[in-house]
Amino acid sequence: MTQPRAIDATAEDPAAVSAFEARIANGESIEPKDWMPERYRKQLIRMMSQHAHSEIVGMLPEGNWITRAPSLRRKVGLIAKVQDEGGHGLYIYCGVETLGVDRSEVVAQLLDGRAKYSSIFNYPTLSWADMGVIGWLVDGAAIVNQTVLAKASYGPYARAMIRICKEENFHKRQGYEIVATLAAGTPAQKAMVQDAVNRFWWPSLMMFGPSDTDSPNSAELMRWRVKRRTNDELRQRFVNLTVPQAAAVGLTLPDPALRYDAATENWEFGEIDWSEFHQVVKGNGPCNRERLETRRAAERDGAWVREAAMAHAEKQRAKDRSAAA
Amino acid sequence: MVPLPTAPVNALFEYLQRLGDDRLILGHRMSEWCGHGPILEEDIATANVALDLIGQATMLLRLAGEVEGKGRDEDALAYWREAVEFRNCLLVEQPNGDFGHTVVRQFLFDVHAVLLLDGLTRSTHDGLAGIAAKSLKEAKYHVRHSGDWMLKLGDGTDESHRRVQRSLDDLWRFTPELFVTDAIDREMISAGIAPDPAVLQEQWQTIVRDVIERATLQHPGEAAPPASARGARQGAHSEHLGHLLAEMQIVARSHPGATW
Repeated sequence: MTQPRAIDATAEDPAAVSAFEARIANGESIEPKDWMPERYRKQLIRMMSQHAHSEIVGMLPEGNWITRAPSLRRKVGLIAKVQDEGGHGLYIYCGVETLGVDRSEVVAQLLDGRAKYSSIFNYPTLSWADMGVIGWLVDGAAIVNQTVLAKASYGPYARAMIRICKEENFHKRQGYEIVATLAAGTPAQKAMVQDAVNRFWWPSLMMFGPSDTDSPNSAELMRWRVKRRTNDELRQRFVNLTVPQAAAVGLTLPDPALRYDAATENWEFGEIDWSEFHQVVKGNGPCNRERLETRRAAERDGAWVREAAMAHAEKQRAKDRSAAA
Repeated sequence: MVPLPTAPVNALFEYLQRLGDDRLILGHRMSEWCGHGPILEEDIATANVALDLIGQATMLLRLAGEVEGKGRDEDALAYWREAVEFRNCLLVEQPNGDFGHTVVRQFLFDVHAVLLLDGLTRSTHDGLAGIAAKSLKEAKYHVRHSGDWMLKLGDGTDESHRRVQRSLDDLWRFTPELFVTDAIDREMISAGIAPDPAVLQEQWQTIVRDVIERATLQHPGEAAPPASARGARQGAHSEHLGHLLAEMQIVARSHPGATW
């Protein structure tokens, strides 16, 4: 490894840090009770809570179509998918808690706008076809990311990813099946699904984050095996997987520069509009405000319910105490 | 007032629609919560209830379509009937309101569902008995969940108590309809297909009263019987159902003949 050493690690006991790094280099899994550099812990909290937030905010764009799903089978499939996302969020929040932070603390960071989540969920869902395309492209991109994260050095995160990937694979198949059905459907259905692809293709590529030349956290995360592949490597893998899938159902991808390079065996693609990416990350995407406001409203409207549950539990405890006395 | 249709009706088809539509509409209402619940665990739980109810509706409406024998499947019934053709009760089509309102609606329904489904497991109609057996397991979980929340909210804070009492008082008027017995029911009872609603009513009263008391809530007293002989079971719904269906059916109806 020739990457620069992490700056913050110098503040810690150098012997402990090198022992830690030797474990990582040796392919060992880091567990909650193991010693870890503070910076490693912080990076994991950041990544895992962002991931959990993405699951929770990600429930909203798809939740938007549950009540309009065009068949009972599709309605059930969509509810189950959104429910799975809630489950993933819960599971990863539990993983974050193994690092010594409370779920309420990281949720508060989401609600007050300090924490980020995947910017893809700041795009609106405008037709039923979006439910197929999100499953296919967005879950597809997530799988490419998460398959690698399943080999991450932090044990609880890696194990969460293995479990989550299984469900995401199911979601992707379900999404692609919706896409294929629409692509083989009426002219209106075909137009609907092509339009959805046109809207979600570039934002899906942006899901892998900034280009390697512009990714502030990558080098350190790679060295600590929190990440195992760079953003650009994963993006390329996703494009290579997806182009033939689009062709198989007769859909085009909205990139005139897309071409196969026989030498590299890669599908070369055009320049990503990074200004759009940064705008959306900064909070200026089409739905950033709506998504956060929806989460805040749920939190606000549910406050009395949570208070009641706590008050009830306290009353029960008091009853149990007096019964025991 | 339009006179009631006099054409012969297929009583079993009517009855299965009542069962299926109750679950379809309530499942739809529960699915509206998805992503908006008071706590993540409840988002997951309400989605579960929605999934179960829509799953039950799918089986019941499929069977209804087979019994009708006109080639309509569960989607044809769910997406292509008008509001006046729906046979669900008024309770399930009421809007969600706050979480407590949803809990009360669910609880009142769930107690009824468990008793009814238990009776239906002994139906002389094998298909229906099978669906009832599967659904009963789910309904028992639902009533535990909604009953638990009745206790937490009723005997929680002053605010939760006040809110849930108001919801109980408001929704109580829709409960007598669950036990109305008309010609369709009488035919089902005499064929041994369905239990007698009057018998269910007594058990329902007992269970509901017990939970209301333990939740430290006031029992709303005896509710007035439905004002008209033509109720929601005959297609006379509240204004809410039309809006719900407009949303539910919009995509399907915008593309006649399409498959999804």
